[in-house]
Amino acid sequence: MIPAGFEYYRPSDITSAVSILQEHGDEARVIAGGHSLIPMMKLRMADMGHLIDLQDIDALKGIEIGSDAVTIGAMVTQHELITHEGLSNAVPLIKEAALLIADPQVRYMGTVGGNVANGDPGNDMPGLMQCLNARFELSGPDGVREVAAREFYEAAYFTAREDEEILTRITIPVPAGGTGYAYEKQKRKIGDYATAAAAVMIGGGTASVAMTNLADTPIWSDAAGAALAAGDVDGCVSAMMGAIDPVADNRGPIEFKKHVAAVILRRAIARAQSRAS
Amino acid sequence: MSKMHVKMTVNGKEVEGLAEPRTLLIHFLRENLNITGPHIGCETSHCGACTVDLDGKSVKSCTVFVAQAQGKELTTVEGLVNEDGSLGVLQEMFREHHGLQCGFCTPGMITRAHRLLQENPNPTEEEIRFGMAGNICRCTGYQNIVKSIAAAADTLNAQKEAAE
Ligand SMILES: Cc1cc2nc3c(=O)[nH]c(=O)nc-3n(C[C@H](O)[C@H](O)[C@H](O)COP(=O)(O)OP(=O)(O)OC[C@H]3O[C@@H](n4cnc5c(N)ncnc54)[C@H](O)[C@@H]3O)c2cc1C
Ligand code: FES
Ligand code: FES
Repeated sequence: MIPAGFEYYRPSDITSAVSILQEHGDEARVIAGGHSLIPMMKLRMADMGHLIDLQDIDALKGIEIGSDAVTIGAMVTQHELITHEGLSNAVPLIKEAALLIADPQVRYMGTVGGNVANGDPGNDMPGLMQCLNARFELSGPDGVREVAAREFYEAAYFTAREDEEILTRITIPVPAGGTGYAYEKQKRKIGDYATAAAAVMIGGGTASVAMTNLADTPIWSDAAGAALAAGDVDGCVSAMMGAIDPVADNRGPIEFKKHVAAVILRRAIARAQSRAS
Repeated sequence: MSKMHVKMTVNGKEVEGLAEPRTLLIHFLRENLNITGPHIGCETSHCGACTVDLDGKSVKSCTVFVAQAQGKELTTVEGLVNEDGSLGVLQEMFREHHGLQCGFCTPGMITRAHRLLQENPNPTEEEIRFGMAGNICRCTGYQNIVKSIAAAADTLNAQKEAAE
């Protein structure tokens, strides 16, 4: 399992990283934790001449807790998301989801930026970020821009990020006090991607619902959230079932996935409701 | 591709070697440095046999390029012995409580358990199982691995208390 060779770079600021991306175009890729990219490179499903390691860029690190929003650097690992007390208090849904990703070793390396930028429908963070209404900051040759998580995903491995842009930070509005939340995931074993997963928030007369690995992008449904906000659980589930579009694969046939999706969503709703006050 | 001059600290010693950046850390350890404690079980990020401690994190060294580990501090199962070379507490407890049969998974288990106990010196059984979920064993059924780690936690805590 040896990947193709590459030139290795470890720049210490965003500008240098962007300029290497610019110089080499689609021959270059950034590497964060490497726990999606390296397996793909080992299978030779990804191959690039220039690999830009983001680990020395301090501007991509750290978690800031504000009163209205939290900001998370792209290079923050899943392990840090789990162990950061301020973050668990401000947005407890993140820890609940991160604990269900992969296994301890992967979580020490895997980053939030890599997880949301990857574009793999199996990744848990994109749906989570849509539920939370996060915004992604992108830095590229033309400067900095922000894209809402709900607008970011176009198709499997296709996102609104341009090849020459780096995802730098993620901003998440702090949910109002008393907001109920839950992340529920069905997987075949520890370290597996979801057969179906649901992120749910309910509070202050609103609700937000997103699901993972049931289409080629995460699915956030406005209609499902509106139904749930009005207390109509069946309406929420049926709106969501209309929005997902699973395909048959080694996690099961379509009918099974739809069944599991509805069960997981109902469980997530029940837990979120029980936590709302 | 040209080779890079790799430097890192492994088990307290500075080491160096020439390797292509794409070399997996596990291959560098085993083939360039002759450190064969970390094993290759799956080579696909699933089994944990290749686990090493990299700057205070348990990582699967089959899923790290040697270039990423440049300049870092590594500990492998070889580095977890006592100063006089005798078995460290975790190693001794795995021996005493039959935490291994064939032993193939053991270096990864012990290296991972080491970091787990650094972060949580008093784990419950459930916390041990959750914390060890990235390591697969095909022999023991895990029961004795959990026992070994719990016993190591008790011994380490008793040693700490005695020292205070
Ligand atoms: C055994 C195993 C089980 C796993 N299980 C799960 C799971 O259950 N759920 C889950 O969500 N994930 C799972 N993962 C994936 C894991 O969480 C990855 O670490 C994560 O998806 C990617 O993060 P990374 O930092 O490793 O990114 P990398 O692998 O370094 O990068 C992934 C992709 O994103 C791009 N990228 C990375 N960072 C940036 C950035 N800042 N800006 C622009 N582009 C960027 C890279 O170029 C690459 O294309 C699993 C992985 C393994 C090995
Ligand atoms: S050899 Fe690295 S996880 Fe199996
Ligand atoms: S003791 Fe044989 S694999 Fe664990």
